[in-house]
Amino acid sequence: MRQTMNGVLRRHGLVLAFLVFLAGVALNAEAFLTPGNILDVLRQVSITGMMALGVTFVVLTGRLDLSVGSLLTLLTVIVVDQHNIAGPFPAIVMTLAAGLAVGALNGLLVGFVGLNALIVTLAMLSFLQGLVLFYSGGSNVNVQNAQETWFAVFGRGDFLGLPVPVILFLVGAVVAGLVLQFTSFGRRVYGVGGNETASIFSGIDARWTVFWTYVVSGFTTGVAAIIMGSRVMGAQNTIGQGYELTVLAGVILGGTSLLGGSGSVWRTVIGISMLGFIQNGLLLLGFAYYVQWLVTWAVIIIAVWIDLGAKRGRILA
Amino acid sequence: MMEAAILKVRGITKTFPGVKALDDVSFDIQPGEVHALVGENGAGKSTLMKVLAGLYKPDGGEIVYQGAPTQVAGPLDARQKGILLIHQELSLSPELSVAENIYLGAWPTNRFGVLKKRELRRNASAALDALGCGFGPDVRVGTLSVAMQQMVEIARAEAFSANVVIFDEPTASLTDTEKDQLFHTIRGLKERGVGIVYISHKMDEIFDITDRITVLRDGQVQGTVDTCDTDLNRVTRMMIGRTLDAYFVKAKAEFGSEVLRVEGLSKSGLFDDVSFSVKEGEVLGLYGLVGAGRSEVVETIFGVRRADAGRLFWKEGRIDLPTPRQSIDMGMALVPESRKEQGLVLMMGGRENTSLPHLRLFSEVSIMNKPRELAVFEKYRSALSIKTTGPDQAVSQLSGGNQQKFVLAKWLCADPKLIILDEPTRGIDVGSKSAIHELIADLAERGLAVIVISSEMPEVLGVSHRVLAMSEGAVVAEFEGDALTEEHLIDAVSHHRGEAAA
Repeated sequence: MRQTMNGVLRRHGLVLAFLVFLAGVALNAEAFLTPGNILDVLRQVSITGMMALGVTFVVLTGRLDLSVGSLLTLLTVIVVDQHNIAGPFPAIVMTLAAGLAVGALNGLLVGFVGLNALIVTLAMLSFLQGLVLFYSGGSNVNVQNAQETWFAVFGRGDFLGLPVPVILFLVGAVVAGLVLQFTSFGRRVYGVGGNETASIFSGIDARWTVFWTYVVSGFTTGVAAIIMGSRVMGAQNTIGQGYELTVLAGVILGGTSLLGGSGSVWRTVIGISMLGFIQNGLLLLGFAYYVQWLVTWAVIIIAVWIDLGAKRGRILA
Repeated sequence: MMEAAILKVRGITKTFPGVKALDDVSFDIQPGEVHALVGENGAGKSTLMKVLAGLYKPDGGEIVYQGAPTQVAGPLDARQKGILLIHQELSLSPELSVAENIYLGAWPTNRFGVLKKRELRRNASAALDALGCGFGPDVRVGTLSVAMQQMVEIARAEAFSANVVIFDEPTASLTDTEKDQLFHTIRGLKERGVGIVYISHKMDEIFDITDRITVLRDGQVQGTVDTCDTDLNRVTRMMIGRTLDAYFVKAKAEFGSEVLRVEGLSKSGLFDDVSFSVKEGEVLGLYGLVGAGRSEVVETIFGVRRADAGRLFWKEGRIDLPTPRQSIDMGMALVPESRKEQGLVLMMGGRENTSLPHLRLFSEVSIMNKPRELAVFEKYRSALSIKTTGPDQAVSQLSGGNQQKFVLAKWLCADPKLIILDEPTRGIDVGSKSAIHELIADLAERGLAVIVISSEMPEVLGVSHRVLAMSEGAVVAEFEGDALTEEHLIDAVSHHRGEAAA
């Protein structure tokens, strides 16, 4: 019990530091807390956040998905290019299907073949980068009729005063949260992540459970790619570069344990939002955009440190 | 008799939210005595031990060490004061040498912080020699056996001139020979005037090695007695508040039709040509030494392992070797050997652990039915009298006995036809143990087929109607009725081993 209190204090310490940071930025950059800027941050967050929802499933089983960054690139290129070729609706279907397929391949290799998740998805990251260049021939693609297409609604639309991507993210978060908390699939995810052997002894097929988490991750990255393509109305070959780390940082920052079995969707929503505001704040304070990479590093280290500290506390006491 | 006690504990109290773990606990340790600390899981032994080793700060009371009130700041401080705790899980670093491990965290260094290797080696060597260890200070600890690693920890007692050494379940993973060596070492420490606290569940060891016994129950001292003036029955009564008489209950021998039959089950290197059957209402014991292949056989039947050959009959119908899912759906349950690794998801509460094997029964179109989960949780909490603060208290916080009861709950709640219990009472307290024995009898009388694996001969004899003796992967004998005796079992197991060796 005492350890738990300690953990809460530590976690609150992090939130406190975040609030101090917010206040600091707000005092020095008056644009920071304006509704317009907040909506901008949320728009940005909705893409990484959507990806992070799926990655949360994977991390909860105690595994990783580092392929989502280059998967985002590939799928954004596909959705934009196919929009020009086949039209918006087929483009969306193809994008989601491709996302599911890549997720299934990851899931097959990690879940059924039993290869190490880090290696499998890192290799997939490399493979997909190659595939992007293969597909696009190295050139960037743009939506040709950007002013007319209804495809714009996903990245640029508003509904009831809220940006559509933000609504998509929130709806996705609610659905993902409900699945994890209230369905038998969610229970299997926590079971496999918490103790894989005990879950197998309880008749749970850990291979299928892991497989489906990667499929979910592929799907959410597909939705993120649709938002991204719609927002940018184009796709560069590097558009998703580094996103895998931002996404992972958000998941960890929320407090979902890399060891699996503990964490949740709302934690991810908080973590990824905090990260979004930190990055935006740094930009408004006049730091170059690449400073956010340095900060991502620090955030990952601190969050993992806290995770470890909480565990160590439990062992000692 | 009353020399000045080396360590006195006076009125120690320690409260955790909701629990008074230690309530006005007092006892003392004389130089050169082995003092047993016994009690059921959750009685407060571990807490008391951690207070002595400086891991917990008591809320009240005092520790008088060598005649002076003392504050212990932490494990290293305790060690330097001469109080050494030897944990059940050893605290050694496998990649470091024996010498480095003996002085772990307190290495001799010069003023630049550089390790004084020669001094370290020399001192470690002396400590090892004093104990008569068969290995040198330069060996990497990871290459040593568990017993040898334990000796490295004990060598710390020499190295730091410990006055008090606390052993926590030291024989948990030792063989009989290794245990004898350990006792020899403990007697050596004792002769040199070291005060020893010995914590164990194994009563035969307690009566073998200790001079006095202090019994804890619910955080309070029930009494301290001289070992030579007491007996098992009396100590047990102090621990659980009743006698051993009701220790084993055998179910009435009224059998129904056959539930499971195994023919020629084989897996190369593990077990060979295993055949047996079990009926409704029957308790079948599987006895054998560790490594005889008992767990492997039942895990194969349940489906978590694959077999090379063999046929299974469920209710007299031939079936394929099942997956765990199929086994569970048929009505088979396996309470596995290791509850922490195989039995429970430790960070989940009792509610989620209980429903884990039966998610389909606890859900409608994949949506979990929480009220149903809670109802079943409450039912088994009261039926098995499980001590937990609520349905979502992580089971990692419960005592071994209460954890095991949740493993039972998770299998009983779906009304199995056959329940296999692999070492169901290992490492749990006497009270929970006899509750589980009563439960086994009760289940059989309700018509379940029960298979019990146990390394404890009295247990296997006490609960089973029929016992298969296994040795080196084969069933070597079968006993029932009057033939069910200790001598027969020992004979069967050892005779076969002798034959195989010849």
